[in-house]
Amino acid sequence: MGALVGWFRRNFVVIAGLGTLAYLILPNVVVTVFSFNNPTGRFNYAWQEFSLDAWKDPCGVADMCGSLSLSLQIALWATIGATVLGTMIAFAMVRYRFRSRGAINSLIFLPMAMPEIVMAASLLALFLNMGIQLGFWTILIAHVMFCLSFVVAAVKARVLSMDPRLEEAARDLYAGPVQTFLRVTLPIAAPGIAAGALLSFALSFDDFIITNFNSGNTVTFPMFVWGSAQRGTPVQINVIGTAMFVIAVLVVLAGQLVSNRRKKQQH
Amino acid sequence: MTATEAPPAAALPADPPVHKPSVRKRLVPYWLLLPGILWLLVFFVLPMVYQASTSVQTGSLEEGFKVTWHFQTYWDAFTEYYPQFLRSLLYAGTATALCLLLGYPLAYLIAFKAGRWRNLLLILVIAPFFTSFLIRTLAWKTILADSGPVVGVLNSVGFLDVTSWLGMTQGDRVLATPLAVVCGLTYNFLPFMILPLYTSLERIDTRLHEAAGDLYARPSTTFRRVTFPLSMPGVVSGTLLTFIPASGDYVNAELLGSTDTRMIGNVIQSQYLRILDYPTAAALSFILMAIVLIMVTIYIRRAGTEDLV
Repeated sequence: MGALVGWFRRNFVVIAGLGTLAYLILPNVVVTVFSFNNPTGRFNYAWQEFSLDAWKDPCGVADMCGSLSLSLQIALWATIGATVLGTMIAFAMVRYRFRSRGAINSLIFLPMAMPEIVMAASLLALFLNMGIQLGFWTILIAHVMFCLSFVVAAVKARVLSMDPRLEEAARDLYAGPVQTFLRVTLPIAAPGIAAGALLSFALSFDDFIITNFNSGNTVTFPMFVWGSAQRGTPVQINVIGTAMFVIAVLVVLAGQLVSNRRKKQQH
Repeated sequence: MTATEAPPAAALPADPPVHKPSVRKRLVPYWLLLPGILWLLVFFVLPMVYQASTSVQTGSLEEGFKVTWHFQTYWDAFTEYYPQFLRSLLYAGTATALCLLLGYPLAYLIAFKAGRWRNLLLILVIAPFFTSFLIRTLAWKTILADSGPVVGVLNSVGFLDVTSWLGMTQGDRVLATPLAVVCGLTYNFLPFMILPLYTSLERIDTRLHEAAGDLYARPSTTFRRVTFPLSMPGVVSGTLLTFIPASGDYVNAELLGSTDTRMIGNVIQSQYLRILDYPTAAALSFILMAIVLIMVTIYIRRAGTEDLV
C-alpha cells in the first residue's frame, strides 16, 4: 500500500495530466463511435447497433452539406480578410512609432476581452437599426471583425521576436524596400501570419454565438448542428465531426513532418 | 504589404535626409492601420454606440422603439435577472477554477516531462478544436446519460451524494443539473487554459529547478516558490481566456442544463432573438460587459501582470 502511494506521488503529474487529456479526448471518441451507430429514434444519443450507413452517405441529410460548404466559404473569406487587415496592423504597431498607439492597442485588445455575446448583440443592434438584411454578408463582416484581433496578436508576437538587424543587413546589401520586405521580412513573419490565418479559419468555421445573432435565416454548419439538437441529430453530424478531427490531425502531422525534414536538411 | 505603400526606391538621385523622413513615409503606418482600424470602428465601436442607444429606448415592436433616455430599464433588468447574473459568475468561476486545476498538470507534463512526446500531446490538446464544439458538447449528452456508465460510477462511489449536498446535482442524475453545465463549460474552455499555461511554463529555464534542488528545496517547495510564480503570466491569461467567454456562454446551459440552470447568456439570447425586447436585452448585455470588465480589471491589478498581449 505504501509503495503504491509512493508510486502515485512520484508520478502524480503524469497521471493527472493524462487524466485531463482523457477528459479532452473523450467526447471525440464518443463522436467517432456514434458515427457508426444506427439509432432508432430521431436522436443519436444511445447506442443501438453498428452500421456504416452514415459513412456511405454523409450528405444524405437535407441541407447539412449545404450548410457545411457555406461555413467553409465564410471561413475562407473571413480568414483572407482578417489575415490581410490584421497583418497590416501588426506591422504598423511593431515597426512604427506614431500618436495614439495606446488607444489603437486597446481598440484591438478589447474584442478579445469581451464576452462574445456582448459583441454579437451589439452588432445585431447596429444591423437592426440600420435596417440591414441579415445573412451571408453580416456573418462575414462579424467574422472578420472578431478574427482580426487574433491575427494581430499572432503576427505581432512573431514580428516582435524578429531581429531588426536582419533587415538592416539586407539594406546594407543594397536590397530595396520591396526586395527587403519580400525576401527577408515576409518569410520570417510567415509562421506568425500562418498561425493567425489558421486560427481565424478555425474560429470562424466553428463560431456559434456571433453567427447565431447575425445570421437571420442563413444556416451555417454550427447553426445546423444547433437546430438538430432540438429537431433530432442525424448520425451524419458525427461523421462530419469525425472526419474534421482526422483531417486536422493529419494536416498537423504532415506539417510536423515537413518542418522536421527542413530542420534536418539545414543541419 | 509595406511594399506597396513604400515610395519607389531611388526616385531621386539625391540622398533623402535620414532624420526627416518624407511626409509620404511618415504616413505609411497610418495607411497600414486604416482599413483594419476602420473595420473595428464601424463594426465594433459603432455597434456598441447603437446598443447603448437601444438600451435607453422604449416602445414596442409594432409601434417602433424611440430613444427616451429611460435608464430605468437597467435597474429593472438587473433586479429581474440578478439570479442569472449570479449563476453565470458562479458557473464561470467554478469552471475556471476547475480548468486551472485540471489544466496545470497537463501543461506541466507537456512542458517538462513529455520529451519526444511533446508535439504529439500538443496536437492532442488542439485537435479536438477542429471537431465543431457544438458536436462535442452534444457528445456530453451521451456521456452523462442517466443510465450511462459515467453516472453509474459517480453514483456508486458516492460522488453524486457530495454534489447533491452542494446543490450541484439532484438525485442520481447529472444531465440537466448545474454539474453538467459546469462540466461542459470546463471541457469547452480547457484548451484556452492549457495553451497559455504551457507557453509560460515552457519558457522557464529548467536550471532554476536544479538550483532549487541544490539549495535543498523539496519538489513541492520548488513548485510553490519557483515554478508557480514564474508561470503567473500563463495563469492570468489562461483564467481570463476561460472566465470571460464562459460568463457569456449560453450553449452549455442550453444543451446540458435545464430551465433552472439558465445563465445570463440564455436570457440575452432569448430577449434578443425570441421575445424581441431589444432595450432590456441591450441593457442586460451592457451590465454583463460592465461586470466582466470590472472583475477583469481588479483581477489584473491584483495579479500584477499588466502587459498581457
